[in-house]
Amino acid sequence: MSYYDRIDALSPGTFSLDGDEIEFGPGESILQAATRAGYYIPHLCWHPEFGAKGSCRLCTVRINGRMGAACTVQAASGQEVESNTDDLNAQRKTLLQMIFIEGNHFCPSCEKSGNCRLQATAYDIGMEGPHFEEFYPDRRVDASHPDMLLDLNRCILCSLCVRASHEVDRKDVFAIGGYGIKTHLLINSPSGQMVDSALLPSDRAANVCPVGAILHKRKGFVIPIGQRRFDKVPVSGQIDENKP
Amino acid sequence: MNPNALDLESLLERHQRAPHRLVQILREIQAQLLWLPRDTLTAVASALGLSLAHVEGVAGFYRFFHSQPVGQYRVLFSDNITDRMQGSEEMRRHLRHLLKVEHHAMRADGRVSVAATSCTGMCDQGPAALVNHHQLVTRLTPGRIDHMADLIEAQVPTHLWPAEWSRVDDQIRLANVKLGAQPAPGQAIAAALARGAQATLDDLKRSKLRGRGGAGYATGTKWQLCRNTRSETHYVVCNADEGEPGTFKDRVLLTSYADTVFEGMTIAALIVGARQGLVYLRGEYHYLLDSLKATLQRRRQQGLLGQSIQGQAGFDFDIDIHVGAGSYVCGEESALIESLEGKRGTPRIRPPFPVERGYLGQPTTVNNVETFCAVTHIAIHSGAWWAAMGTPQSTGTKIHSVSGDCDRPGIYEYPFGTRIGRILEDCGARDTQAVQVGGPSGVCVSAMEFGRRIGFEDVPTAGAFMVFDRSRNMFDVANNFVQFFAHESCGFCTPCRVGTELVMRRMDKLKRGYGSSDDIQVLYELDKLMHGSTHCGLGAAACNPLRDTIAKFRPAYEQHLKSMHFAPGFDMDAELSQARLATGRDDIGAHLETLT
Repeated sequence: MSYYDRIDALSPGTFSLDGDEIEFGPGESILQAATRAGYYIPHLCWHPEFGAKGSCRLCTVRINGRMGAACTVQAASGQEVESNTDDLNAQRKTLLQMIFIEGNHFCPSCEKSGNCRLQATAYDIGMEGPHFEEFYPDRRVDASHPDMLLDLNRCILCSLCVRASHEVDRKDVFAIGGYGIKTHLLINSPSGQMVDSALLPSDRAANVCPVGAILHKRKGFVIPIGQRRFDKVPVSGQIDENKP
Repeated sequence: MNPNALDLESLLERHQRAPHRLVQILREIQAQLLWLPRDTLTAVASALGLSLAHVEGVAGFYRFFHSQPVGQYRVLFSDNITDRMQGSEEMRRHLRHLLKVEHHAMRADGRVSVAATSCTGMCDQGPAALVNHHQLVTRLTPGRIDHMADLIEAQVPTHLWPAEWSRVDDQIRLANVKLGAQPAPGQAIAAALARGAQATLDDLKRSKLRGRGGAGYATGTKWQLCRNTRSETHYVVCNADEGEPGTFKDRVLLTSYADTVFEGMTIAALIVGARQGLVYLRGEYHYLLDSLKATLQRRRQQGLLGQSIQGQAGFDFDIDIHVGAGSYVCGEESALIESLEGKRGTPRIRPPFPVERGYLGQPTTVNNVETFCAVTHIAIHSGAWWAAMGTPQSTGTKIHSVSGDCDRPGIYEYPFGTRIGRILEDCGARDTQAVQVGGPSGVCVSAMEFGRRIGFEDVPTAGAFMVFDRSRNMFDVANNFVQFFAHESCGFCTPCRVGTELVMRRMDKLKRGYGSSDDIQVLYELDKLMHGSTHCGLGAAACNPLRDTIAKFRPAYEQHLKSMHFAPGFDMDAELSQARLATGRDDIGAHLETLT
């Protein structure tokens, strides 16, 4: 996007999403406006309660012919947005496969199965296999906390816990470290372990993980598999993020 | 040095305990301790009011920061393809052998570690190495390696190493306006002051100058937008994070034309209304810091920086230098600003653009070293004079860093619109197979295309010009670039973080001889994906060398194919070796047939 492309985004208006007219409010992103209007654009690192990050790239759409992340591009009058197209969904499938193979995601043995946004989004988009060779990284598991479990093997670097801890809990328990393929989640504590951090099970950051990286202990399989959130209705049919 | 001997208090005081000075603070601590112990990071975090995890996250982002000891001597071999072509890999192995040190490990006695780093910008006088992140060694030879091993074993401090080793030559082979005589200090500022800020800006727009860092955005428009943004203060930033492999023209400008660069920054300050300027100097060019500071000091004494510049009341401007710590992505302007603010150098979400909200939330213009140079000349000679050079869409001249297979590597300045073939003739290139213009993120031009011209409308460039003759394997060239991008990905977005790693693994599979045509298809797909889905332009360009070399030098890839069909990433027959051992069989029937 060039400096010229700025359209005054501070006034409301409408844009088109796959041919449907969507109203937006001042300063809203395409994803915010679409979600409010009840439309689903696949996403993992975006959450309506927190500032946009733009890192998972799943919500990439075509805006007037140019690619952009729907969570970071501000809505503007007259935009022609394409989202639910074969090529964009194929791209999303590849991005999901990338997220799967860079970590260790074994759904059958994961407590989050059925409540996992990564798994649900992959099912919804029709991902049938990893396509690429798995990296099988050797990542840390932190079971030091009395009530919480951190399994970095499942972390997808969405940074929702980082933002929740910063924006809501005001604790900054989490941060991002490293670079490239070795980018990873950090715990803010003298030892680097969760037990020495300020994290409480009631914190927003302890309850925002879209995958099985941050889990509550002793809550395993309370709801049987098959009766969980995305077992009943696919992710594309659940626009309200927080509704169980 | 013992961590207890570090005077952390006075170091922090020098930086006013400001969180946005974090990268500079870590750099200075490491210069003394050689690495960054966790206890020290804890002390820094508490002094700056930051979380320890945040400080750890910043320290872990930059390639030149170490959270583990790396030894009294840290030798990093520049790993650009031009260094490899000059034998750097063999010299690296040789030094490791002499010092008995493993790859990516510190020797048990804590003396030394030997590793590789991205291009250090010495391609025309390589192979090069960076020692302890501050001392460059150019023109490495097996003899110098032997001598270096002796010096390290004898614990001779690096500043006592032969001075000749650190000699860096400008090697200016062809000069036009920017590489001609420097204007007298103050001449361009006087011209701009006489004309007035808006009139100077209007004339700059007439020059149609476009940014020399690669993106080619119109400088006049950028400065107008920055000037228009109302705010308490504005900033002028010079992007001297010359990280694109094969590029070293800014190094020469900062060595011998620093006055012209600073003068351009001062004119920018006049136009946008800035009181503070910052130079983001890449860590590899740390050796230039003292001379740059001396030039700044002289300019202050000459009344060209500081209060009331050239007697103009209210025209106050000064320049500070920020030293990077090894990160290619920081060349992207919003990542550069994040780094200036002491954070991880990942690109920001835009808009807002830096001209609206940049450094410390204030409107900021970020321009390339060469762009500021051009502005100084335009202020003296006029926009019309500049626009008369080059082509209508690409005005003026461009400086090229020429390296690789040619007789006269070095710096060449041509008007835009110059034929690639002309540059090859001038630098004494023979039997040329290809030229990588603009570095790995640029364009690979084959011999059939040497009639093409340098310019935004044909072959754009940020300044690298790497020449490969017919003895070179273009697969090896592409593989080097692929490794570069995987090493430099900031890790922020999925397609670049995972994509660069996947591409590197595929290329490695091809190199090991297990490739199939399916792998080339996957490389194509990854290239397409990354072009449309990454967070920043650097990620989008990460597959450019692949795209070009597969299209233009396909035989170089096909020679690595084992099969035209699918082949797995491992040797299936080798996997059966345990079974053969267990059964005591090694006859032909106990081996897999070679796939065809």
